[in-house]
Parts: sequence; C-alpha cells; structure tokens
Amino acid sequence: MATPTTESAAAHDEHAHGSHGPKWLQHHFDMPVQQFEAAKLGMWAFLAQEILFFSGLFVAYAVIRQQYPEAFAAGSHQLDKIMGGINTIVLLFSSLTAALSVRSAQLGKKNEVNLYLGITILCAFGFLIIKYFEYSTKIEHGLLPGQYWHPHMEHGHALFPAHTHVFFGVYFMLTGLHGLHVAIGIGILAWIMWRNNRGEFSKDYWTPVDLAALYWHLVDLIWIYLFPLLYLI
Amino acid sequence: MTAQAGATHPTSHDHAHDDADYLRATRGFRSWAMTLDHKRIGIMYLVAVLTAFLAGGIFALIVRTELLWPGRTIVDPDTYNKAFTLHGAIMVFLFIIPSIPAALGNFFLPLMLGAKDVAFPRLNLASFYIYVFGAIFALFSIVTSAVDTGWTFYTPYSTQTGTAVIAMTLGAFILGFSSILTGVNFIATVHKLRAPGLHWKRLPLFVWSIYATSVIQVLATPVLAITLLLLIMERALTLGIFDPRLGGDPVLFQHFFWFYSHPAVYIMILPGMAVVSELIATFSRRKIFGYMFVAMSSVALALLAFLVWAHHMFVAGMSEYAVMVFSGLTFLVAIPSAVKVFNWVATLYKGSVSFESPMLYGLAFIVLFTVGGLTGLPLATIVTDVHLHDTYYVVAHFHYVMVGGTVFGFIGGLHYWWPKMTGKLYNERLAQIAFALVFTGFNVTFFTQFLLGSHGMPRRYYDYLDQYQPLHGFSSFGSYILGVGFVIMLWMFVQSLMRGAKSPPNPWGSAAFEWQTSSPPIAHNFHETPIVTRGPYDYHLATEEELYTGFPEDRVERVTAKTEKEEG
Repeated sequence: MATPTTESAAAHDEHAHGSHGPKWLQHHFDMPVQQFEAAKLGMWAFLAQEILFFSGLFVAYAVIRQQYPEAFAAGSHQLDKIMGGINTIVLLFSSLTAALSVRSAQLGKKNEVNLYLGITILCAFGFLIIKYFEYSTKIEHGLLPGQYWHPHMEHGHALFPAHTHVFFGVYFMLTGLHGLHVAIGIGILAWIMWRNNRGEFSKDYWTPVDLAALYWHLVDLIWIYLFPLLYLI
Repeated sequence: MTAQAGATHPTSHDHAHDDADYLRATRGFRSWAMTLDHKRIGIMYLVAVLTAFLAGGIFALIVRTELLWPGRTIVDPDTYNKAFTLHGAIMVFLFIIPSIPAALGNFFLPLMLGAKDVAFPRLNLASFYIYVFGAIFALFSIVTSAVDTGWTFYTPYSTQTGTAVIAMTLGAFILGFSSILTGVNFIATVHKLRAPGLHWKRLPLFVWSIYATSVIQVLATPVLAITLLLLIMERALTLGIFDPRLGGDPVLFQHFFWFYSHPAVYIMILPGMAVVSELIATFSRRKIFGYMFVAMSSVALALLAFLVWAHHMFVAGMSEYAVMVFSGLTFLVAIPSAVKVFNWVATLYKGSVSFESPMLYGLAFIVLFTVGGLTGLPLATIVTDVHLHDTYYVVAHFHYVMVGGTVFGFIGGLHYWWPKMTGKLYNERLAQIAFALVFTGFNVTFFTQFLLGSHGMPRRYYDYLDQYQPLHGFSSFGSYILGVGFVIMLWMFVQSLMRGAKSPPNPWGSAAFEWQTSSPPIAHNFHETPIVTRGPYDYHLATEEELYTGFPEDRVERVTAKTEKEEG
C-alpha cells in the first residue's frame, strides 16, 4: 500500500486525535492509509461518473450513426487523420509522463516531479493547439452542426449525404467536451506542480499527484475511443 | 458504543471548544458559511431544501386553485403551464432529491458510522455551494420568463419554446453535480470511515439505503447532465441530435432523460425507506426483522433502477418487444419493495410499538408507499398503461410514491432527529395535529386523482369538461388541508426553536448509534472514537444507560412496563 508502515503505525498509536499525525493528515482520519484509500476510492467513483457522462454521447453517436451511416462515413472523411493521429500520440505520451511524475513523487524526487508534470502540461497545450487548427479548418469550410452547416463546394467536393451536419453536431460535442476536460486537466496539473514547488509532497504523501494523474489517464482513455470512432470509420 | 478504546486525551487544538456543541463551538456568519462540519452543512442544506419546498408548495397551490373550476379561475394558460413546470422542477431537483441524503444524510451518516466527519469535508461544502449556485440559475429562469415544458423538458417542444429553458436546464445540470459530489463523498465515507467494530452487517439501515442511493447518484446523474447539456447545445447550436426538423430523434431524448430520471425515483424513495427503517426499529424497540434482506433490497432496488427506464415510454413509439421486456423488468421492482414492506410489518408484529409523531409518519409511509406501489402495477402493464398514460392516475401514483414516500419519510425523519439536531423538544400535540391534517389532506388530494385519471382526465390540462369538476374541486380542497398541516408544522418547529424544552441525549430511548452522543452533538461528534460492539437495533444487548440517558423517569417506567407486558 501507498503509505509507509512506520508512519501509519505511529499515527495509529496516537489514535483518533488528528493533531498528532503528520501535518497533511486531516483531523477526521485516524491514519494515513485510511486517508489515502478514501481519496483513491472517491477519485475512482468520480471517474466512473465521468465515463457515464461521456457515455450519453457515445450512445447518441451509436444511434445516429445507425440512422445515417452514409452521413457518418462522409463526415468522417472530412476529418484530418494525420492531425488526429498526432494528437493521439501526444496524449499517450503525456499519459506516460503523468505516470512517471507519480513514480518520481513516490521516490521523493521533487525536481523530477516538476519535470514530468511540465512535459505533461506542454503536451496538453500541444493537443489543444492541434485541435485549434482542426476546428478552424472545419469552421472555414462550413462543416458545422445544424443551421450553421454550409459546406463550400469550390474544391470540387461531391454533395454530402443528408444529415451530415448531425455528424458534425456529434463531432463537436464529443471533441469539445473532451477538449474542455483537457483544459481543466491543464489547470489541475499546474495546481499540483505549484503545490509540489511548495514542498507539500514527500515520499510519505503524494496522493494528490496520483489522483491528478488518474484524471489525466481518463482524459487520454476517452480520446483513445474518440479517435477511431470519429476519424477512422 | 459506550465501551471506549484506551484513555482519552483532549485534543491539543480546539481544546476549548471540545465540549461545546456544534451549534455553539464557533460563532459568527463566517463560521457557518465556511464551515467544514458535516452537521452544519446538513443544517444549511435543511434550510435550503425547506425553502425550496415552500416555493414548490406555493406553485402547487396555484395549480390546484386554477383547477378548482373549468376555464379560467385565477391565472391564464401560460402562467398555469409555468406554474406546474416550476412546481415539478423545484420539487424534484431542489427539494426531493437533495432532501434526505444531503440534509439528513450529511448530518447523520458520519454520526451513525462513529466518524468525525465525511471523507471529504471541503468537497461537501463545495457541493452545498454548487447546489446554491444551481438554485440561483433556477430562480433566474423564474424571474425572467420561467419554463413551460413540464419538468421533463421533452424535445422537440423544449427546443422551440421561447421560455428560459437554458437557464432552468443549466440549473438542473449544476444541481446534478452537487448530487454527484455528495454521492462520491458518502461512498468513500461508508467504505473508509466506519468506527472500529462497525462491520457491514452492523451498519444502520439508514446507512445501507443512503449508500445505495449514492451509487445511483454517481452512476445515473451524469447521464442527465449530458442530456441537459445536449439540450442546451441543441437550442444554442442546433446540433440536430434531438430536433426532428434537423434529423434528430426526440425519442432518444426520452431514453436519455429516463435513464436518469427513473433511477432518480430511487434516489428519492430509497432515502425515505432509510428513514422509515430507523423509525420502525426505534418505535417498535425491536431489531428489524430480516435485517440483511432489508439491506440487500436497497442494493437490489439500486441495481433494478437502471433496467426499467423505458416504462415511461410505452406509448412513445418503441418496438413492441422493447415494451414487453421493459414491462417485465418493471415488475421485478415489486420484489425488493415488498421485501421491505413485509419486513417492516414483521418488525411491528410483537414489537413494543409507541405512536409518537415520527412513528406516525413512519406508519403512514408504509400505507402510502404500499398504495403507491400497487397502483404502479397497472402502469407497468402495457394494456392498462395505454389507457392510463398521461392521465391524473399517473399524477396520483407518483405523488403517492414521491410525496407519500419521500416527503413523509423526510418529515418523519425531521421529527425524529429534530431533538438531536437542535437539542430542543417540540410540542408533540401540535405535531400530531399537523400529522392528522397532512395525512388527511394528502389522501383527499391524491386519492381523488386516481379516480379522475381512471375516468380519463388528462394531466397537465388547463381546462376540462364540467363532469370532472367535483373531483377536481375535492382534490383542490385536499391540497388546502395539506397546506394548513404544513403551516402548523412549521409553526411547531419555530416554536420549538424559540422556546422548546431541552432534549435529553436519547429522547426516544433508541439503541441506534447516533443517540449515544450528546444532543446536540459536540463539534467532533464523539469525545472518543467509539468502539462498536453490537448492532444499531440490538435492544437486548443495549444497556439501560445507552437507552435512557437523561430520559424522564416516568417515561422509562412506562416503556419498560410495556415491553415486559408484551414479552410476558
């Protein structure tokens, strides 16, 4: 388990009086391992919630794709596979560095934690920048949902099948919500980095780094589903 | 719970406040607004949900008054549409869903677990402010142009109406996150903060039910969140997912909506059942019959909740096979519900039953929930549902479950735990008068609606044929009795706060854990971490001291004499 046994045992002996434990042990927990496990369980429950939050969109995707298969194929062809592919690699790599930051925190290497968190944040910005270029191309070509749908014909494109705009409705909702999660992730990781700089973490206490990395893995995981479903059909 | 581990040292910090109760431990507005104490957060929730209840009740009275006579009575059709929408949306999202888990659950869950607080106190405070923030959005929608879609926000109407759908759905979206965070918090608390010796088979049934509720909150609410977000985007960006003009599917909205809102029915009723299990045990002075069955039936209801959503859509254009499957699954819900009812009744049998006001609400819950449950069967049956769908029969059915269940559970719990929360006793006679009015008013209002509905009166209609007038009038008359009952109850609680007698720690002589600390509890809940050596309903294992601390002598004699007589 995460927390060193000496610390847990010491805190356990003092039993029930939070003021005797290490500084980061909150008053309502008896021992560090209990605080760690509660935090981890809470985070997993929150991540389950996140998955179900996206699941509504995945179901909408499935239903509408089943209704308008041609529209989905045509819409998907308008997406840039190269950019999407690069973004997939960027996110996968950032997930690795996020995991490495947790390991560095466990080893008590403060500077390495900063380094890995920094790389993760840079990757996240990279992802959003690439996304920005993708979005601006779509907007430029009028590949937008609903009443804003007005694709240019000047490049000699064939006419789109009916309801292709619904594909772009789904596309913008899924990637937009995911992009929002990336942006929130940048905030969380930066906050963790700031706390790391203040020396809040140590070999004995690195729970927040772990939880932030877990969140980041979820962001990565969702993209791993989005990429083939949207770009590769 | 009185056996304690080791010697007790006063904590070094907060020593001065250690013996002060949570209401007096610190003073000033800031000490409440920024508190991390789950008990204070529970009280703040209580004030908030009661305010919402008052607002929702006023809208209900507007609706019932308008329906006194056919044609226009007091408001025009648009206002009427807005009034019933606001009544529904406020009652569901701002009152019923948070009432028991967020107000009573926040206060009592840690106490019942022997914990000092919930697992994440700051998150707890955050979810309260998120609730307030969501409520502000809902309020904003009311003061602008309100909403006239009904609380279900069905597409395509909700994508077209000119009213403040975005503000209201954004409010519900935000309220959903408050609900999710509370659920996450409770799950971690139940798993990780139980006192030594409090294993799962000793958990109070309140905790079991709130735990099952939390699981639904975490797994179902995000689906509503995404649905409302899609609806907002549909209005703002014309996505085309729900809007048939753009190729979308309005039935998909209904699937999404009910995938949350049917489980939400269990977010409403499970906490009501949670309270009633405590009431029945305390006022029968007996271990709950079939404890594990009652506990597991909560979990079973939580799971079944996810399988039955489409019974709201039998006439919405699903395939007939889907209708059959969902009809069959819906009947399964009767099993765990009946397990609970039968076990409560079996607990009462040969119990030493006393009829204090909380128990009256507990017993009323059983009666009303049984009526509500049985009247659900014709709605789960396809052929009868086609006739009854969207009539007043449905309105009556869900009011029996949601008001007869959740609200009676909540009010019963409020009476039961009032002395623990405030340290004050209330006027029992006034409480019983209020109960009589609420119970009578409720049945007059809603039983009448079963008749209205089976005679074919559709729900939500502004105007109706003359032949329905007597029943409508009778129903409205009942709603006034109900209103008077609640006003008397409010008066009684205010009176108790102003000049109620001081409550002993355990005014009901209960063996449950939360009564083993002082009334009101100290800021850190317990002077020492309790070691649990028995279950919460083990009256045969509880000591006299545990049951009757501070209890008036004559009352002890009365209760024990009664117990002996019944056991002999």
